[in-house]
Amino acid sequence: MDSSIITATVSVGAIGAVLGAVLAYASKVFYVEVDPKITEISEILPQANCGACGYPGCSGYADAVASLKCDINLCTPGGQGVIDKIAKIMGVEASSADPMVAYAACNGTKENAKDRFEYYGVKNCSSAVYISGGHKQCEYGCLGFGDCVEACNFDAIYIDEKSGLPVVDDEKCTGCRACVDACPKGVMKLMPKGSSTFLACNSKAKGKEVSDACSVGCIGCKICSTPKVTPNGSIKMNGDLPEMNYKIEEDYTAVKYKCPKNCFIDKGDFLKSPELIEQEKAEFKQKEAEAAALAKQVALEKAAAAKKVSE
Amino acid sequence: MDFSHMLFIAVSSIFISNFVLGQFLGICPFIGVSKKIDSALGMGMAVIFVMTLASTVTYLIQKFLLVPYQMEYLQTIAFILVIASLVQFIEMFMKRHMPALYQQLGIFLPLITTNCAVLGVAILNTKFLWADGTPLNFIESVWNGAMAGVGFTLALVLMAGVREKLETADLPESFKGLPIAFLSASLIAVAFLGFSGMKIM
Repeated sequence: MDSSIITATVSVGAIGAVLGAVLAYASKVFYVEVDPKITEISEILPQANCGACGYPGCSGYADAVASLKCDINLCTPGGQGVIDKIAKIMGVEASSADPMVAYAACNGTKENAKDRFEYYGVKNCSSAVYISGGHKQCEYGCLGFGDCVEACNFDAIYIDEKSGLPVVDDEKCTGCRACVDACPKGVMKLMPKGSSTFLACNSKAKGKEVSDACSVGCIGCKICSTPKVTPNGSIKMNGDLPEMNYKIEEDYTAVKYKCPKNCFIDKGDFLKSPELIEQEKAEFKQKEAEAAALAKQVALEKAAAAKKVSE
Repeated sequence: MDFSHMLFIAVSSIFISNFVLGQFLGICPFIGVSKKIDSALGMGMAVIFVMTLASTVTYLIQKFLLVPYQMEYLQTIAFILVIASLVQFIEMFMKRHMPALYQQLGIFLPLITTNCAVLGVAILNTKFLWADGTPLNFIESVWNGAMAGVGFTLALVLMAGVREKLETADLPESFKGLPIAFLSASLIAVAFLGFSGMKIM
């Protein structure tokens, strides 16, 4: 046999053996203890790396859960099964996942919101934003080219033709945040699937500016955050824009009809005409007045009765 | 150590024979990790790190093992073995002793363990001869490795910048995604061809 073959085999074999031994030794010396919970949780997670939990990938989430940095119910795609299993590993009681769905926090339809100029460019929001922030006069409003529709992998969003606004199909939406990340205006937001009322405005601008740009924009009047309208305090002002805390239960009927700009709408109302909403509002006011009158009458009667007794 | 040699190597490795755009080595990470400038930078840093280390180790291997025993023909396999184990070793070491750096570079390191650009710089280091016939010395080899990494990073970041803009460009359906990325890569390469008039190594 040619001696060079032997030399080659032996020397490469020797290099490999030495390096292998060094690595084997190093893996012991430099062993980093990994929390076994992280591995176990990683195995349970769907490994879709969708980011619905807000962490970069499933391993990031497993890490955060194991180190008690976040709740165990953030994995939307995994559903209740995954939550139960994680709860078992972590030794805590499983709380049910509140599935989130996306919604568009803007009611700036073609009629409601004014345009600053006509836009003839590339028909997507991320391009339109480059032209001085988009063609809508409102700096925060939906541009309506449907980047969210493009981003959705579940076919859950479509752009309503009449209003030019995105509509989310709650049944198809998985709350994966793809549209939230895709929207250059931050209009797409998440809310619990069970809730119905949401704030359909994204404008952080001052009242005058908002009124000039849009007929249904939040002017920051703070009525919705008053204890009279939201006795449980589920709405708090964040600057000039209210923030809804869905964890607090609240009857939003009063909020909906008390808002002078009709910013709070129900999911079904999204495409209702302004006239219809005004009509409903009037009905509510009438009912409220009737209730107030009734209460007044009852109080009067009570007072009269009390008077009678005292006499 | 000759300062002019150092400058020579820097300009040559970064611009004139840029590893990606001039010599077409390491195209895989160039296309794969150039979607965002952030990750392109991370990858670039990891490549600079690995190329510098690989140049160091392979120079020693070449000088003290392969040449004395007339085994230069085993260069490729020996270099790959050494570089791969070295990167593995560094990864373990960093995980234990430099967790912060590991978080930054960790995910990119395994990607480039046996990348052809890394092997390329190691082999080209041994092939290069100055005008007077002397090969690169130890410091020059290491420096060349680092500068090749810088050139790689430059190419990656340039490409990532272009691709971030391409995301919003109005393209025909058939050009979207990789096709236009390849076309842009070729145009950047053509631009770098302009440096070849100053070819020195």
